Amino acid sequence: MATKFTTDDVTHIASLANIPVTDGEKKSLADGFTKTIGVVEELNKLDVSVVTAVHMTGLSNVLREDEVDKKRMFTQEQALANAPNTHNGYFVVDQLIEQDD
Amino acid sequence: MKKLNTLTLASAVKKLKSKEISHKELYADVSEAIAGKNKELNAYLALNTEAVSQAEKLLDTPLAGVPVAVKDNFLTVGLETTASSNVLRGFNPPYESTVTSRLKKAGGVVVGKTNMDAWAHGSSTETSDFGPTKNPNNLAHVPGGSSGGSAAAVAANMCITALGSETAGSIRIPSAWCGTVGLKPTYGRVPRTGVVAMGSSLDSPGPMTKTVEDAAILLSVIAGKDPYDATTGELPVPDYASNLKKGVKGLKIGICYMDHPQLKGTQTEKSVEEAGKLFEKNGATVEKVALSDQLEDNTILNPDYAVGVYTVVQRSEVSSNLARYDGIRYGHNRSTFGAEAKRRIMLGTFTLSKGYADKYYVLAEKVRNLYIKNFAQLFSKYDLLISTATPGPALKFGESEGNPLFGELTDLLNEPSSLSGLTGISVPCYWDKKTGLPLGLSIMANHWQEETVLRAAYLYEQETDFNPWTKEAHE
Amino acid sequence: MNRKRTSIRGRRRRMSEWEPVVGMEIHVELKTKSKMFCGCKNDPFHAPKPNIYTCPVCLGMPGGLPVPNKKAVEWTIMLGLALGCEIPLHSKFDRKNYFYPDLAKGYQISQYDEPFCVNGRVHLPSGDVRIHRVHLEEDTGKLLHKTVNGKKVSLIDFNRCGVPLMEIVTEADIHSAEQAREFLKKLYQIIRYLDVSDADMEKGTMRLEPNISVRPVGDTHLPAYKVEVKNINSFAFVKKAIEYETERHITFLEKGEKPPQETRGWNEDKGVSFPQRSKENAEDYRYFPDPDIPPIVWEQGYIDGLKKQLPKLPDDKFQEFVTMGFPTSYASLSSVSPSSVVFVETAYNLTVKKDPTINPKTFGDWLFNRPIDIETANPNKIAEELIQSRKVVSIPDEEIQKAISDVLAANPKAVADFKAGKEQVKMFLFGNVLKTLKGKGDKKKVMEILQKSLTV
Ligand SMILES: [Mg+2]
Ligand SMILES: [Zn+2]
Repeated sequence: MATKFTTDDVTHIASLANIPVTDGEKKSLADGFTKTIGVVEELNKLDVSVVTAVHMTGLSNVLREDEVDKKRMFTQEQALANAPNTHNGYFVVDQLIEQDD
Repeated sequence: MKKLNTLTLASAVKKLKSKEISHKELYADVSEAIAGKNKELNAYLALNTEAVSQAEKLLDTPLAGVPVAVKDNFLTVGLETTASSNVLRGFNPPYESTVTSRLKKAGGVVVGKTNMDAWAHGSSTETSDFGPTKNPNNLAHVPGGSSGGSAAAVAANMCITALGSETAGSIRIPSAWCGTVGLKPTYGRVPRTGVVAMGSSLDSPGPMTKTVEDAAILLSVIAGKDPYDATTGELPVPDYASNLKKGVKGLKIGICYMDHPQLKGTQTEKSVEEAGKLFEKNGATVEKVALSDQLEDNTILNPDYAVGVYTVVQRSEVSSNLARYDGIRYGHNRSTFGAEAKRRIMLGTFTLSKGYADKYYVLAEKVRNLYIKNFAQLFSKYDLLISTATPGPALKFGESEGNPLFGELTDLLNEPSSLSGLTGISVPCYWDKKTGLPLGLSIMANHWQEETVLRAAYLYEQETDFNPWTKEAHE
Repeated sequence: MNRKRTSIRGRRRRMSEWEPVVGMEIHVELKTKSKMFCGCKNDPFHAPKPNIYTCPVCLGMPGGLPVPNKKAVEWTIMLGLALGCEIPLHSKFDRKNYFYPDLAKGYQISQYDEPFCVNGRVHLPSGDVRIHRVHLEEDTGKLLHKTVNGKKVSLIDFNRCGVPLMEIVTEADIHSAEQAREFLKKLYQIIRYLDVSDADMEKGTMRLEPNISVRPVGDTHLPAYKVEVKNINSFAFVKKAIEYETERHITFLEKGEKPPQETRGWNEDKGVSFPQRSKENAEDYRYFPDPDIPPIVWEQGYIDGLKKQLPKLPDDKFQEFVTMGFPTSYASLSSVSPSSVVFVETAYNLTVKKDPTINPKTFGDWLFNRPIDIETANPNKIAEELIQSRKVVSIPDEEIQKAISDVLAANPKAVADFKAGKEQVKMFLFGNVLKTLKGKGDKKKVMEILQKSLTV
């Protein structure tokens, strides 16, 4: 039973992904996802009952000492240099949630 | 006299150091090539206008100030970095990638930033928001991707050497399709710090060069532990160039994937078979490894499954990696993502979402481990696996359109090794007289075995006439 | 209206039928020198300017990669050990994906299914509280809501983004507001003893979120809903919030309704909670292991070593004071914080050295019945004062009376002045009496008798 995507699914996923999509795009996106996921579902043929996932590197406990690394730190100017909207050293964004009070 | 832009990295460094040529002469020829061809090829997105003056101060460094083309997903201070996406249009990095800072420290000069599939999402460089790059060997064809700009810049002698990055095939595919050399290092061999992340558990920056020797030289410069990338390995970095001539005598080599139905009777199959014979002639033991659906000691797990695994792992990681692009601190807002990026972000969001993560992401990671185990078994038996980097020569423009899995089908041959973090190289192994298009021989090895890969590739390059730059060096 | 009175009477009745079921989530910023996954300075509260403790990693620049802070990891393990937790030998960091402007990367690095510490327990007189888990994550940036050029905007400062943050999650074992306060006090003490955070609720380096539901007394099942209350910045307010919410839920439950599951904020001025608009999609965080960070694997020996390095904890010190002979109330006051321990121990030892007859009880009686800030006082001075106060040699009242009579007889003018209303000459006479007594006698007593003699 292959997963079939509806335009409602696309709406929900787009909202989770914070990606704006137009109603016009939704149908073809849904069809594309259905097709791609169909290929993915081939994986169900494999027996993975005894397999676990592993981290790619085979490394463990790669930690840093608790030291301030000044040479890596930005000045305020560097931090803000690429921002489209700043104010008094802050990044600025339209208010998302109306504040109570 | 031959144009200096056709020099290999090794010979350019030698000639600069011996003062046989000057930086001015070298850069004049490179600039001329760029000026003459970039409009048509669209290999470079941004150029360094101060390259010559920077280079002139670097004669006493290992790379002596040679011009290097760098894929646009490496952050470079002073050169706009966009990963070929409108989202990052105008972004001036406030810090330098580890790879390019190692390159600069060794005396390489970033001559320009090269085009790519936007966010490295693709195998053709067609998804760039700044227009596609064309294949210098045949303008009707794509250069491959995602590091298509770097491969084209090398192939068209618009630089001396180049850097690219691979998630699954993004170095090897364009190298195969442009007729250049591309080395994908072991995952963790070369730091990802300051490289726009695509699939964090897969991304491997690497050299894209004219010759195997150049790849060896460049790899020694960029490889090694980086304190800012916890996934880099501690292993010391050898001088890869000094061990190239050891040959393949005594090596055990397996030929794989060539019994895949799609490859039966193709030139690709023929070229790989001939490569096998060549290695055999030079003292290696060569045998075919059969495809199977199940994990067994002497078979290779059907790569068809890898498409599904790769799709899920990569999309999932992409959805998270591209979450930072909100246009608040830099760049533009999320409506500026191109269609392919939007598709990948959304699919990856789905494969990680509540109720589905186990069915997709977790399952994919488990199957991925099957591939890792499969390769571990194979490499207990073989030193190298050889195959083809692509099913055939470069596609025409538009051939991939309307097929969301185009990238994955083309990547098929590279995905199992990428998912397993292996190293591999593509070297030219055929040129079609009619189309002018090449094929690439793929040589893969276990983790950290770059030296063995380079040895075999070097021998192959020396013993055949497929590499135009070594051929010219012999003349 | 007599509504209020009924409600109080009603409350008493209702509270005997219903009980709150409370679990706590506590976030604590660690006071490491550098941030959790980068080398930026960790001192957002004292930063002179916004966005100066930033780098590619915590500002979410392309290509910035996290490397975990070893000290932060060790401190989290130590807190887990101090809370009686098991330390699983395999652990990892995961990405928690959601969008908010203060979250630079679009995900928070946290721990999902393999936290550093699990299954702990805190012993309390009012009932043990089990610790579900302790994990390590990173803090977000700070939003300031302002109107700039007539437009409502949020200003973002990333100085705090990436500061190491421990999250302590209890089981729903708390059944009264008082027990919650007791638990938090104990947790706070342990954190201060370990010296891993200033745990300052005003500054927000310790943040409390009770999950509250209510069930009939005698019911042992977890209710099918819970209400999370955020933005609480003192233990007292947690207590108030639990009381307030319990009342609010009972109103629903008595009508046979299930209180709605939601996240609420706490308004400390009005003493009420209010519904918070929840972040959209907040429930689907799409956790997955962070591919940028290799897993954390411990050897049991290493954990045992950390356990040995644990300093003495409040319970240990309390026991020590009790063993020394301090009454439990004084032992408890003495073990409130590491500095109180040092102070009481030092002051007591100095005092006993000077006067071996002083025992812990008399020492405590004297110390804890005066307005001394034991966090800042000088133990040397305190010991000296205590010795002095005890040096007073008591003498019979008759001797005092005699001295006073002598002084009054010798100063008839002063006595007359006093009687004419010059109150201040009393102190002159008092001084003369003390002089005559040569420092002997209780001053209070002397004053008493002097007053009496003068007003006769
Ligand atoms: Mg948390
Ligand atoms: Zn930082």
